[in-house]
Amino acid sequence: MSDPLVRVRGLKIGATIHPPGEPSQDVEIVKGVDFDLARGKVLGLIGESGAGKSTIGLSAMAYGRGGVRITGGEVFVNGRDILRLREGGLRKLRGAEVTYVSQSAAASFNPARRILAQVTEAAVLHGKFSRREAEARAVDLFRKLGLPDPENIGQRYPHQVSGGQLQRCMTALALCPQPDLVIFDEPTTALDVTTQIDVLKAIKDVIALTGVAAIYITHDLAVVAQIADDIMVLRHGKTVEYGSTDQIINTPREDYTKALVSVREIDHQEQPPAPPPVLSVQGVSAQYRGMDRDVLSGINVDLSPGQTLAIVGESGSGKSTLARVITGLLPPYKGRVTFDGHDLTPDQRSRPREDLRQLQMIYQMADVAMNPRQTVETIIGRPLEFYFGLKGAERRKRVVALLDQIEMGAKFLDRYPAELSGGQKQRVCIARALAADPKVIICDEVTSALDPLVADGILKLLLNLQKEAEVAYLFITHDLATVRAIADSIAVMHRGKVVRYGPKSDVLSPPFDDYTDLLLSSVPEMRLGWLEDVIAHRRMEAGGE
Amino acid sequence: MLLMVSVLIFVGTQILPGDVAQSILGQSATPQALANLREELGLNQPAYLRYVQWLGGLLQGDLGTSLTNGRDIGEAIGQRFGNTLFLASCAALIAVPLAILLGLISVLYRNRWPDKLISIIALASISVPEFLIGYILMFYIGVQLGWAPSVSMVTEGMPFFARLHAIALPVAVLVLVVLAHMMRMTRAAILNVMQSPYIETAELKGLGMFRIIRKHAFPNAIAPVVNVVMLNLAYLVVGVVVVEVVFVYPGMGQFLVDHVAKRDVPVVQACGLIFASVYILLNMIADIVSIMANPRLRHPK
Repeated sequence: MSDPLVRVRGLKIGATIHPPGEPSQDVEIVKGVDFDLARGKVLGLIGESGAGKSTIGLSAMAYGRGGVRITGGEVFVNGRDILRLREGGLRKLRGAEVTYVSQSAAASFNPARRILAQVTEAAVLHGKFSRREAEARAVDLFRKLGLPDPENIGQRYPHQVSGGQLQRCMTALALCPQPDLVIFDEPTTALDVTTQIDVLKAIKDVIALTGVAAIYITHDLAVVAQIADDIMVLRHGKTVEYGSTDQIINTPREDYTKALVSVREIDHQEQPPAPPPVLSVQGVSAQYRGMDRDVLSGINVDLSPGQTLAIVGESGSGKSTLARVITGLLPPYKGRVTFDGHDLTPDQRSRPREDLRQLQMIYQMADVAMNPRQTVETIIGRPLEFYFGLKGAERRKRVVALLDQIEMGAKFLDRYPAELSGGQKQRVCIARALAADPKVIICDEVTSALDPLVADGILKLLLNLQKEAEVAYLFITHDLATVRAIADSIAVMHRGKVVRYGPKSDVLSPPFDDYTDLLLSSVPEMRLGWLEDVIAHRRMEAGGE
Repeated sequence: MLLMVSVLIFVGTQILPGDVAQSILGQSATPQALANLREELGLNQPAYLRYVQWLGGLLQGDLGTSLTNGRDIGEAIGQRFGNTLFLASCAALIAVPLAILLGLISVLYRNRWPDKLISIIALASISVPEFLIGYILMFYIGVQLGWAPSVSMVTEGMPFFARLHAIALPVAVLVLVVLAHMMRMTRAAILNVMQSPYIETAELKGLGMFRIIRKHAFPNAIAPVVNVVMLNLAYLVVGVVVVEVVFVYPGMGQFLVDHVAKRDVPVVQACGLIFASVYILLNMIADIVSIMANPRLRHPK
């Protein structure tokens, strides 16, 4: 067995794209990539979105998603070139020798069938195991992956288990047919940090236990550093750097890799709170209509003028609901919100226009927050016209000034959102918020959908704008690294309550409450062995109690 | 809901022009005779009073009596309704499985010739008015080839197979009319589901296309398919008026048309109410099946 399990040479992958209003054209997504993967080893593929990492991963199953085609090169799996296989041969490969774990298990499980039936389906169908054997294997895998009630969890439907559990079920699904290779495509990206760490550990253990080889795809270098033996850094469909995990993390050679390793190291000097606050939330409790449960209970936070208050929490903690209360989309049933010394009307519809202008918002999904049929000029110009009555040349002058502020420039005036990259779209949204000349901007997960380097650029821009325009940010995020980079004060939210609140340096230094400790220690660090350290640390604490 | 429908039907039939007394007695009737007959039939009472009387009768299962021949409507309709249901269920038994099967085949051969052929035939058949299809089939199959009778008279003591033979042509017409809608909907619903990530999961498990559609796509496409099937079943019962008239089939449709011509309002009202009930019932079944087919509703968290 001297041959590697997977051997990829000169892999080229293309797709036909159909830009609106133009004839369709062929583009090359992957431009000649080589790698080897030995049995039982893990290769990490890393890069920003559009780097071609998922496409390369799926090529190990000779599968092209959407209109994607493999146009050249060789992919050997178990000694044969799978690109030459016909339909029947491919079916024997997929689900038997090579299996796949997708980013969103919630979407990848069939909602109409029980989990166990889906987990065992491939193993049984390919004749690798009898139904009884496959079910026993599945239960065993559920146990190894740390799922609760492994005997019976398979009888549930996908919607009856949590996101983190379903992601582990998906891993069981991939491992059940005893494949030689599993492709993990961003398996923890959609999960909360505290859940991610458990799933990551479960995946790592089960890989070690079963001796299966894996291709692990992610955009998060700190995550892949915990699990991979080798790492390949990709950009624009080409290999930037390919080496052992140790070498990539500790002695990166290429500039791009160095940038990836040192990402999240923005230095922001914390400002002390400067009363009176520009925005103050006092004893706010809120519920959604028709539900008995408080989504927010007794929230008290202050935002000082020209500073940043970060609201940190996992999904479901109520942080976005707080934004809805402040903007007046969800009137609270108790408590009040004051702005610049006066009470804000609870319902947004009856707020004076001046209050609306002073309080702007930027969203996570920049592309759905813009009208796709308006040009950048119209999008940014709208608040100028609405709040200040600017028209014609005057308005254009101001739009250009704003475009300069967000480091894009006048050449973007006539572009449509579809012609912009993700980072540029978010910049346009920032300019639109700035156009109203607000005192406070609420930023709801504004960097979560962006690649790390692009997100870094946005954060730096926000910090610069804060200095120039003296605007205060209420920064909602689940990402603690972002918080470190940008915040002056921090409020940690958990289940509708603020569990910890204060200046950044206080919140981020011990002694911690249990939840903040869990949250902080779950953020992946860019070093080898971090995962083991955290788990060992937690076991020790649990044992000591 | 039915109550609202009953009001609508009642008001609707009252607005209709024409006078039953006039049509019974003919153009030469004297004004005195007309007035007498109206008195006798109770047409002089105010409309709301007649509505309450009608509703009261309905609640006791009494559909009233026909104005023109004085017979009990329930009895007269009963047999006609049975005939209509017989025709509709024969058509449904053929059309529903055929439509779903053709829909599945279309998905399997998407954008290749079997799919295109099925779509062309189905769309052509839905585009031609049903009475025209009726006469065309009558001419070629009924008259030229002589395979089936072109007039679908059925009588009470008729043996079952003779009945089937008699209604072969109207069934064929109905099948052609409802097939396209159901087949296109099945195709669209399954293709929609085929875009889902879990279909990709199934493909990456190395499953065959047929198994993917049967096991993974179809169960998730049931709700929209059932809805359109029920809509078409309702049409089979309610919308057969034209086809029944074309083939002189003694069903509800013909009964209705006859009595509209005679301005026999109670009969028209009863027919309307029965049609509405069938419609509501079938749609209710569709909703229930949709809920049953959705594991999120069947198995709460």
